[in-house]
Amino acid sequence: MSAQETQIRSDQDETLLSVDNLSVEFAVSDGRIQALRDVSLSIESGETLGIAGESGSGKSTLAYAIVRYLDNNAHVPEGSIEFKGRDLLEMLPAELRSVRGKQIAHVAQNASRALNPSMRIGKQIRETIELHQDVSGEEAQNRVHEVLDQVNIPDPLEVAKRYPNELSGGQQQRALIATGLACDPDLLILDEPTTGLDVTTQAKLLDLIEELKGESDAGILLITHNLSAIAQIADRVNILYAGEMMEKGPVDEVFTEPANPYTQALLATTPEIDSQKDLRAIPGQIPELGSIPDGCIFADRCAFVTEECRSGQIDMESPTPGHQTRCQRWETAVEDPIKSGTKTARTSSPGDVILEADDVHKHYDEGGFVQNLVRDHKPVQAVQGVNLQIREGETVGLVGESGCGKSTLGRTFLRLHDPTSGSIKYRGTDIASLSKSEMKEFRSECQIIFQDPDASLNPRKTVKRIIARPMEMFTDLDEDERNARVDELLDQVNLSGDLKTKFPHALSGGQQQRVAIARAFAANPSLVVLDEPVSSLDVSVQASILNLLDDLRDEYNTSYLLISHDMGVIENICDRLAVMYLGNVIEEGPLTEVFTPPYHPYTRSLLSSIPSLDPHEDDTRIRLEGDVPSARDPPSGCSFHTRCPQKIGDVCETDEPKLETVEQTSNGQQTHCIACHLDDPEMSKPLDEPAENL
Amino acid sequence: MNYLYLGKRLVIAFLSLLVVSSVVFAMTMALPGSAAEIILGTQQTEQSVQQVREEMGLDRPLSERYVDFVIGVFTLDFGDSLISDQPVTEMLIPRLIRTLQLAVVAMLLSIVLAIPMGVIAAAKRDTLSDTAITNVSYVGVSLPSFVSASLLLLFFTTGPLGIFPSGGYEPLSEGFIPWVRHLALPAIALNFVVFAYVLRQTRSSMIETLESDYIRTARLKGLAERSVLARHALRNGLLPTVTVLAINFGWMMGSVVIVEEIFSYPGMGRLIVQAIAERDLPVIQAGILVPTAAFVFANLLADVVYTVLDPRIELGEK
Ligand code: SF4
Ligand code: SF4
Repeated sequence: MSAQETQIRSDQDETLLSVDNLSVEFAVSDGRIQALRDVSLSIESGETLGIAGESGSGKSTLAYAIVRYLDNNAHVPEGSIEFKGRDLLEMLPAELRSVRGKQIAHVAQNASRALNPSMRIGKQIRETIELHQDVSGEEAQNRVHEVLDQVNIPDPLEVAKRYPNELSGGQQQRALIATGLACDPDLLILDEPTTGLDVTTQAKLLDLIEELKGESDAGILLITHNLSAIAQIADRVNILYAGEMMEKGPVDEVFTEPANPYTQALLATTPEIDSQKDLRAIPGQIPELGSIPDGCIFADRCAFVTEECRSGQIDMESPTPGHQTRCQRWETAVEDPIKSGTKTARTSSPGDVILEADDVHKHYDEGGFVQNLVRDHKPVQAVQGVNLQIREGETVGLVGESGCGKSTLGRTFLRLHDPTSGSIKYRGTDIASLSKSEMKEFRSECQIIFQDPDASLNPRKTVKRIIARPMEMFTDLDEDERNARVDELLDQVNLSGDLKTKFPHALSGGQQQRVAIARAFAANPSLVVLDEPVSSLDVSVQASILNLLDDLRDEYNTSYLLISHDMGVIENICDRLAVMYLGNVIEEGPLTEVFTPPYHPYTRSLLSSIPSLDPHEDDTRIRLEGDVPSARDPPSGCSFHTRCPQKIGDVCETDEPKLETVEQTSNGQQTHCIACHLDDPEMSKPLDEPAENL
Repeated sequence: MNYLYLGKRLVIAFLSLLVVSSVVFAMTMALPGSAAEIILGTQQTEQSVQQVREEMGLDRPLSERYVDFVIGVFTLDFGDSLISDQPVTEMLIPRLIRTLQLAVVAMLLSIVLAIPMGVIAAAKRDTLSDTAITNVSYVGVSLPSFVSASLLLLFFTTGPLGIFPSGGYEPLSEGFIPWVRHLALPAIALNFVVFAYVLRQTRSSMIETLESDYIRTARLKGLAERSVLARHALRNGLLPTVTVLAINFGWMMGSVVIVEEIFSYPGMGRLIVQAIAERDLPVIQAGILVPTAAFVFANLLADVVYTVLDPRIELGEK
């Protein structure tokens, strides 16, 4: 086909890519995994199709199948993948290579690993250009700078000369996208482009994708677990579950009127900011794909399931033209959809202060001995003078982007690190002065739950031993009592007693986190530090863990310190919130007050960076310039001044703002404090005008 | 910035050398009986012991002797041989040069053979060529150097294949061919010691590299497998091999003694064997210290190469 013909064909609104009835299997030692079954999708030029799926849904397999990059043990028993009228599955290797990178660009997830660490960014981009296009060295070089500029990388000439490790995470992701754009592809596949990025970085990346959509008429396939990202960016969405397409349709329709129980459940379980949403957990977990049960794949977890669902084949049905759902009871589902409830405000009033940080500093010295000798080495100032109180029965959220010091502070609270200066008091006593036996008691009363349960549970111990361990250490229960308590705890965290004899690796991520929670509660703690407790879990499992934590808190009257980067999670269970930036708490107060004006400028930008699940939401997001400065050398004055959209002037660079009370509740106990030189009206007024000149 | 890092490594190298010389010195001190008695063995008389002690300076205070010894090590002055009265350094240098020729040739052999074979095995993983290469390397690992050396001696110095001399050394100045003929068999025997390790290290680190995300990125750019290998995989995949080469160089120095003995190759190894037989203490000391220094500096060299190849290493930061 001549170039001209291609031009003519793509001018007609033809299907760019059409995947039909695709199945993919992987041969494994004990049989086969049917990773994708009967998957069809199509995408047109200039269109953005979002593929949403949790882990295990097969979304990455789908992305790799499209570029025909499947492992050796993969097998495609049926289906076709037509790209511009040619079946990719039939292509010879040389033909395939001429399509990859040139016509179809695959931008992998995890940019820091997907870029070659020992090759300069510019060279990595240039390589694709020189491979597919007949250009002079200078033209290639110019193109490199052009695409780096296109992905909004400041100073492309300089960045082209850098190695990947010299860029921030967001920039690495941009550079990888630039590599994909280098040859102006017809189809751009973005596999989890925002995963692992901070919310402010993520927001800017979504803007970029939006921008790219406008600039070229390439089709974009956006593959992600992040429904909000799809809601904001995609034109159509396909919902993938356990290897099958559950629902397909225009974003507007699918997000506002989902016609599939899974989609409905997924939306009801996704935390949303400022929604008072009482998350509806999806029971059960994604099935193993070794043997596929008859009937609907979602039947075990579906709220609408009937006997008919469990036999025969469930076909796609069409509620409206262009909208399809794989459910035979979709009409019932549409009539009476699964919805999240509305949260009732917690009534319990917090009691006495149990843990109190007083001007806590924590510096790390990351340099080695010789390094410190040979140069003036600056320590990392992870926590810079934090005051924070946690009261009995209260849940305090600690929120901030990666590197803000929130985890360090959480660990310092439990004396897993010693503070560099300042003190931490537990029920009035400085924990640095505790005797050995007092320390033991402190350890039993203050527990921690980590992000990654897989790493925090001893892999060689059974679930029963893991949960009984704190009782052996901290209580004098005898064995029978301990066993009874283990059963009770398992019941409380909704795990079946059969799991007692299992080892952690035999459990799913959600089950592991439940075991970790049961262990933390084994010794009746009065405080539990939750360090990103749900961020490694799929959204359908997240809600059930959050609800569980909620219930346990009421049952045990435990205080929580919840550390999270996810405002949605924070909003879901916290009473009070502290926002951290570069080691400082810059705003603190009751949840509802922090989420409403007056705002600290940083809190305001954090809140507005969070993409909404509502595709119609007006986009007045504030974007922060640049990256978080190094904690080795934090900016003078207000540490946020390098990025603050509302910066007043010199005073922000010279004077460090102190936390000052802006509002107070009647009992005087709950105050809302902000550290900023702005006055109240400035922090409260809508930001429409200043947002213009950002 | 890299210079600072290298400077630091250099300091460490010298420190390790200092430690080793102290250990060697302490060992000599800790010998049961005085060094002089050991040297004289059964032929000692009161008078002869006294004489040797004076000759060796053993009657001076310990601290003084230690300082002298260490200074000697760093100025390459190990004293005189007790047997030939020649300065040890003078005896050592020509032999060291010969041994280094042997070691370097053996090392080059394994670089030009083992690394490409390892790369091929990794690139053609789980195919016939991979299996063949891996199995050959297994045999190599399990063959002790005295066996391989003896076998080579047996097959290639006598009978129909007897194209090599059975031992000895010819300097390069006598012509390339005689030099190679004398060097070939011991170098091959020595190469056996490290060949298999280098090959397997290369294979496994190449396999790891080929499975990494950025290799996938390169393939999905449309690059042919050969370019993926050459431009993206080799540099990253061979980095660990550089370190392994340095460590292997040390091992090889250990096997030099045996191989030189079997091929009557007049290098360091033979000198040490001879010195031990004759209880020539200064020569033994030098014989321990010089290979150690070689080992330490081979590691240093590996670091330099590593720094050049891997842009991420700067001042030891990642
Ligand atoms: S077919 Fe049945 S089980 Fe499947 S989603 Fe519909 S109602 Fe639920
Ligand atoms: S003190 Fe100044 S720089 Fe800091 S947040 Fe307030 S306005 Fe912005």
